[in-house]
Amino acid sequence: MPFDRMVRAVDQWAAAHNRDDVFAQIGAAKYVPKRIQWSATIDPSEFSQRIADADVVVAHAGMGTILTAFELGTPILVMPRRAALHETRNDHQVATAQRFFEMGRLAVAMDEHELPEMLDHVSNLTAGGVISSSASPELIQALVSYIHQTDQ
Amino acid sequence: MSVDRSSRSKKILAVASGGGHWVQLRRLAPAFDGCDVTYVTVERSYRDQVGNAKFRVVLDATRWNKFKLLLMLFQIAWIMIWVRPDVVVSTGAASGFFALRLGKLLGARTIWIDSIANIEEMSMSGQKIGPHAGLWLTQWPHLAKVGGPEYKGAVL
Repeated sequence: MPFDRMVRAVDQWAAAHNRDDVFAQIGAAKYVPKRIQWSATIDPSEFSQRIADADVVVAHAGMGTILTAFELGTPILVMPRRAALHETRNDHQVATAQRFFEMGRLAVAMDEHELPEMLDHVSNLTAGGVISSSASPELIQALVSYIHQTDQ
Repeated sequence: MSVDRSSRSKKILAVASGGGHWVQLRRLAPAFDGCDVTYVTVERSYRDQVGNAKFRVVLDATRWNKFKLLLMLFQIAWIMIWVRPDVVVSTGAASGFFALRLGKLLGARTIWIDSIANIEEMSMSGQKIGPHAGLWLTQWPHLAKVGGPEYKGAVL
């Protein structure tokens, strides 16, 4: 589903600040960026490489992007999609953004008005710590035990 | 509970829809060490990420498109009959729901790990899969309840 509010806000911010170093994967967006470089979709290896190379990731509050940024140790600023604006089916991204913000793991802009203000200070963003490439040992062990338990 | 690793390697069907569901499933990979894993997802481009494991693609259907869902159900049923897994594991969403239901019917052990994105309540699929999941997990302690879902850690 499109997320034009975010694409437009980032594009306009980049234009206002003469930034030529912004790349966006815009998905189904209808808004066509004027300033930033963009692609509708990029493949997973390029996606990871671009996140690894970036100083900061600006994204919707989707777990795929959030976890990839955590794995690669790149600071991430998220803006949650809203159901009322037909950007997603429900407002779970609001809770995701708030919870991970409270944990000190990412920065949040709640809407397209906060986003440019946050972007003005984007160079101050830091990563909330790099995570390992796999789930918690507790979860892995729970799965291993269940997979290999003998029949009762 | 005793653990038996001496028999033939367990066949695992690991199923996830795209985006965050898939990224979370990949983070579980160490739990499948020594097993014969077949990954099922909705994006062909994810193949490069699973190394030598088997990899199958199904339609990317959601509960909002019933016809596409039905086709996806048949695709998963076909894979299920072909693979005959000992264990079916999923991080969501619709694809995993079908896989667990079919897996249970065929006698497989079933594991549902609800997405870490579901913080305020379990996903719709996650709530409905409860009675059909041998291991029924949420990634948030405050969502765990007596009778399930359980909390046993998270993907990070």
